[in-house]
Amino acid sequence: MIPLSWYLILSALLFCVGAFGVLARRNAVGILMGIELMLNAVNLNLVAFWRYLTPGLIAGQVFTLIVFAVAASEASVGLALIISIYRRRSTVVVDEINLMKW
Amino acid sequence: MRPEILTLLIPLPPLLAFGLIVLFTNRSNRLSHSVAIGAMLLSWGMAMAVFIAAVTAPHLGEHPIELSFPWLPTGATALSIGVLIDPLSAATLFFVAWTCLAIFVYSVGYHNYGQPREAHDRAGLPPHGGGLEPMYARFFAFISLFAFGMLTLVVSDNLLLLFVGWEIMGLCSYLLIGFWFGKDSAKKAMVKAFMTTRIGDVFMLLGLAYLYSATGTLNYRAILANEEVLHHLATTPAFLGLSIAGACGILLFMGTVGKSAQFPLHVWLPDAMEGPTPVSAMIHAATMVSAGVYLTLRMFPLLSAGWEEGGALTTPMLVVSAVGAFTALFAATIAVAQNDIKRVLAYSTISQLGYMVAAVGIGAFVAAAFHLITHAFFKALLFLGSGSVIHGMEHGEHETHAHTDPQDMLNMGGLRSKMPATFWTFLIGGLALAGFPLITAGFWSKDEIFADAFANGRLLVFGTLALAALLTAFYTMRQITLTFLGQPRTQAAGHAHESKWTMTLPLIVLAVFAVAAGWAGIPEDFPLIGGLLPNWMHDFVGGTLLEHPHPVAFSPIPLLTSIGVSLLGLLGGWLVYRNAKAGAPDPLIRALGPVHTLLKRKYYFDELYERFVVAPAYWLAETFTYKFLDGKVIDGVLHTIALVAGSVGTYLRRYIDLPVVNGAGDLVGESIKRAGRGGRVIQTGRVQGYLVVGVAFVALLLSYVLLVRP
Repeated sequence: MIPLSWYLILSALLFCVGAFGVLARRNAVGILMGIELMLNAVNLNLVAFWRYLTPGLIAGQVFTLIVFAVAASEASVGLALIISIYRRRSTVVVDEINLMKW
Repeated sequence: MRPEILTLLIPLPPLLAFGLIVLFTNRSNRLSHSVAIGAMLLSWGMAMAVFIAAVTAPHLGEHPIELSFPWLPTGATALSIGVLIDPLSAATLFFVAWTCLAIFVYSVGYHNYGQPREAHDRAGLPPHGGGLEPMYARFFAFISLFAFGMLTLVVSDNLLLLFVGWEIMGLCSYLLIGFWFGKDSAKKAMVKAFMTTRIGDVFMLLGLAYLYSATGTLNYRAILANEEVLHHLATTPAFLGLSIAGACGILLFMGTVGKSAQFPLHVWLPDAMEGPTPVSAMIHAATMVSAGVYLTLRMFPLLSAGWEEGGALTTPMLVVSAVGAFTALFAATIAVAQNDIKRVLAYSTISQLGYMVAAVGIGAFVAAAFHLITHAFFKALLFLGSGSVIHGMEHGEHETHAHTDPQDMLNMGGLRSKMPATFWTFLIGGLALAGFPLITAGFWSKDEIFADAFANGRLLVFGTLALAALLTAFYTMRQITLTFLGQPRTQAAGHAHESKWTMTLPLIVLAVFAVAAGWAGIPEDFPLIGGLLPNWMHDFVGGTLLEHPHPVAFSPIPLLTSIGVSLLGLLGGWLVYRNAKAGAPDPLIRALGPVHTLLKRKYYFDELYERFVVAPAYWLAETFTYKFLDGKVIDGVLHTIALVAGSVGTYLRRYIDLPVVNGAGDLVGESIKRAGRGGRVIQTGRVQGYLVVGVAFVALLLSYVLLVRP
């Protein structure tokens, strides 16, 4: 059987890919996708820990389902924001969206 | 109604009239004089009712009509006000009410009521040629207030309320003397009168305060009808060798000196002639000057505290009699050389007031009160008569377009036939003033003073007063001769005519009193007619005092003196002036030479006061107070303070405020600003930048937690 650490390494790599996407992508949609990747890396972790450490308890799976729901709603809200910004400013490049600057 | 309540109400109608006229009716002359005269009539009626009640009351001296209530609480005691009618105030009230009423009625005619107002007459100037007085309503407001002051003074039961009335009259005399304020001389006269009487008033107020501190009350009866208090006051030494009674008496007498125009504060009264003639009568007969003598009479028990009848005079009595006798003679000599018809009367008033004061001083209380009453009537009569004469002269002047002084007696003459009513009443008044034997009131009252002075051996006072009486008779006859007898000396006098009934009626009423008032005081033991009428004056007014004074035994010497000087003076006056020619100088000028000039210039008293009082006062005000004290000292101190304060302020600003306080404040603001400016560089607004920082920190924290700590 594949040891737990493999899963964890995969999940860590996945998380890093997501984090990099969030930090480095200039397209807002890309950033949103990076966030989805990071959330899924977490889900992978949760499922892996449940299977290897506490297979008798159902908490890991439930947690993962909740994260799915959160991720879905986050994606819908995020996309709605992006569309709204795009309508007003005709761009989705985050460097140009600097409303919070002093 | 009870007489106490009635007495309380006596002064109020004129005050009400004053308020009504000033506030509401001043547009309507008819309404204004109706209100004023109506109010005075009401007061007169109440005064007569009270007088009758007082006369018929048994033992009024011991049980006077009295009503008093607390007014001004001061600590443990309260200053109370109230009314008191004892024999003295009843008698005073009688003549005050009559003369005031007469003057009110007379004013209607004097100010030409019923005539149209002339177009060129201005408020503040006497109207020309018989036009209506422009400030007609105001005049009635003022005299109403004046009457209120006098009536208050008379019915008052304490010195404080008396002083209130006294000062109200002071104000009114100021306003009335300056009634024609457009005239420069009137302006000066009003200030002079006010300032001169003020000197007396200050001393009087001091006397009041002293008396209050010594006795704790100002009520007449509590002080003057209380032998213990009087004895205490008379025996406690105060200062300068005077007892408290003496000191208070002299201080209060100073008030009389100012108000009754006694030497040396007599100078204001002749100048007060600038006012309209009813005012002169008001001030010089009925009210203000009488008030002064009334005060001295009132204070007689205080002045004479420690004095036995017939014994040596107390110090204040000596002062009073000396001032009075001197003033009587002094003013009589001046009156001889005056040509202005009203000025002669003014000096005669001063002189007659001197008689009364001297009489009080020698202890002749009843005689002084008697003369006060008779004098009020005949002097009011004379003043109103002279007003009628002036009125007639002004009319004549208006008709002939002549420009002569309507008050100068040398311009008159022959008015007897033109103004018969005025002539006969004036003659009666003049004879009363001169003391024409037997038929006039002035004779009886003056004779009483002579008799008293002679019987008690005050020969110096007796001689002085007799000499003054001779002069009085002389200048009175001079006045009558120059004014009414002979031929008119100017066109104006030739065209003069009799005044209206509103002016002559008061003259007739007063003339009746100028004769009849004397019958009230004929001594019992007078030859032939003594005892026909009771000596009411002595029996009634004498009851004011604690000890009823003894009547003076009859002696022919003062009687003959009195008759002699009177007839001699009258004859002399007639002989000297019966042939006065138009334009010719006064015959006395040749006879007296430089003395006449001295008299005409009133012993140079005005100049003397101008030089030694007024000029130094101006100097003091201008050079000392204004230029030196105010300009140099006070301003100097102020400037120094300002300079010091300014330099301290500059120093503080330069070395404390600017560097420390401002610096600290600026430092805080500036450093925060800089910190903010530095810090905002990292505030890029790029979410990803923030995230990088966040990740870096998390990485650092993780590496610390995972690697360093375990």
